[in-house]
Amino acid sequence: MSDDENLKFTPLDALHRSLGAKMVPFAGYAMPVHYPAGILNEHLHTRAAAGLFDVSHMGQALLLGPDAATALETLVPGDLQVLKEGATRYTQLTDDNGGILDDLMATKRNDGLYLVVNAACKDADFARIDAKIGSRAKLVRLDDRALLALQGPKAAEVMARLAPDSVGQKFMTLRAGKIGAFDCWFTRSGYTGEDGYEISVPASQAEGLAKLLLDQPEVKPIGLGARDSLRLEAGLCLYGHDIDTTTSPIEADLVWSISKRRRAEGGFPGAARVQKELADGPSRKRVGILPEGRAPAREGTEIVDANGNKIGIVTSGGFGPTVNGPIAMGYVPASFAQPGTPVGLVVRGKTLPAKIAGMPFAPHRYFRG
Amino acid sequence: MAELRFTKDHEWIRVADGDVYEIGISDYAQSQLGDVVFVDLPEIGKQIAKGGQAAVVESVKAASDVYSPVGGTVVGINDALSADPGLINREPTTGGWFFKLKTGDTAQFAELMDEAAYADYVKGLG
Repeated sequence: MSDDENLKFTPLDALHRSLGAKMVPFAGYAMPVHYPAGILNEHLHTRAAAGLFDVSHMGQALLLGPDAATALETLVPGDLQVLKEGATRYTQLTDDNGGILDDLMATKRNDGLYLVVNAACKDADFARIDAKIGSRAKLVRLDDRALLALQGPKAAEVMARLAPDSVGQKFMTLRAGKIGAFDCWFTRSGYTGEDGYEISVPASQAEGLAKLLLDQPEVKPIGLGARDSLRLEAGLCLYGHDIDTTTSPIEADLVWSISKRRRAEGGFPGAARVQKELADGPSRKRVGILPEGRAPAREGTEIVDANGNKIGIVTSGGFGPTVNGPIAMGYVPASFAQPGTPVGLVVRGKTLPAKIAGMPFAPHRYFRG
Repeated sequence: MAELRFTKDHEWIRVADGDVYEIGISDYAQSQLGDVVFVDLPEIGKQIAKGGQAAVVESVKAASDVYSPVGGTVVGINDALSADPGLINREPTTGGWFFKLKTGDTAQFAELMDEAAYADYVKGLG
């Protein structure tokens, strides 16, 4: 890895290496792609018990001021004004054409909003937010905080043992409290389709917290490889793959993340396209795809109709360990978006049969209380 | 078991019977790939040149080409891999073989790395 010296390291870098992780460059960081157990075992362990992920490469920031939610609404289609303190929303930063610049989580605090954005986009996101709404609210980057994700059906048991404040916490809410001796903010959320938590902690305390969590019998360290297969099975978008500046939130099937008020009022970049697609239906749509054989269809695979005409492209694809077979998602014309519609996937020059499928591929198991 | 020879692309080959060879990927290759979930094997009767693309092995992570260490005609494939591709991880140089090739040039085999040379080669990869 010749550009190793240019990579950034998370506060858990030494721990990953001591656990035998295979480290790879990802979004400018050296990150664990898997540990000795391997992607398949890590994926299945997360679905059966609890997995600990280092997501410290992601961007965290506060947007401070009484006007923060209203101000950020000028950049995202999500309904932030409705949020009560401690409530988290998934939304997207859109551009003037209605394309997606990034997707993010925003949590209401008494002093403003807490934001989590993607690693590869964070500098651009924070610069944009600062430039566009800097006079209405103050953006403070939290580069001195680490972010861990504890995901899986046993995550809540682990948290109840170490962080009594987490008991009864509902999906998409944040609490601040101790996990063991560590001061954390934990959101009941994640990106695996499982119940779980994302935990923000000062960087200096990250290794201690990670070791405490890994000491719990239910918890194993999980790398980016399994994170990717888990989120694909959960039918969730990966920025830069399933969503980008060419895709609108409506095409990406993220209509659910835009409230009735915001659909009607607009007031975010690209609102005209979003409102037009809401009214007329988008010309293409993100869908799930189930290949009929065993061959995975990777990102970039052409999707064809019965006559072999190219109708779309796979944006994420691979093997789903829980599904125990190949799964994919991609964009097709709206007329092909109905689950059950037969399509072809061109894998190494051969057209393999597949069907449009509903998502998620593995059922969501969020804790809704 | 007959002697194994290796390529720089991490295939192994051994004499199965006279001028018929058995081919697979090395233990090092399977450990680098991780969990194998699918194998695309060549059709019986297919002619493959030395170094030609012969099969595709897919792990959870990615797809990788498998090249033939010698040139010849495919005369057999390992059907067990379609039901249990994990054989490649568990038994890379025995039950996890990929295909059998009949060659007209048996001298090609001797030019490949033997086990000691391959072990040195892998060590050099770090």
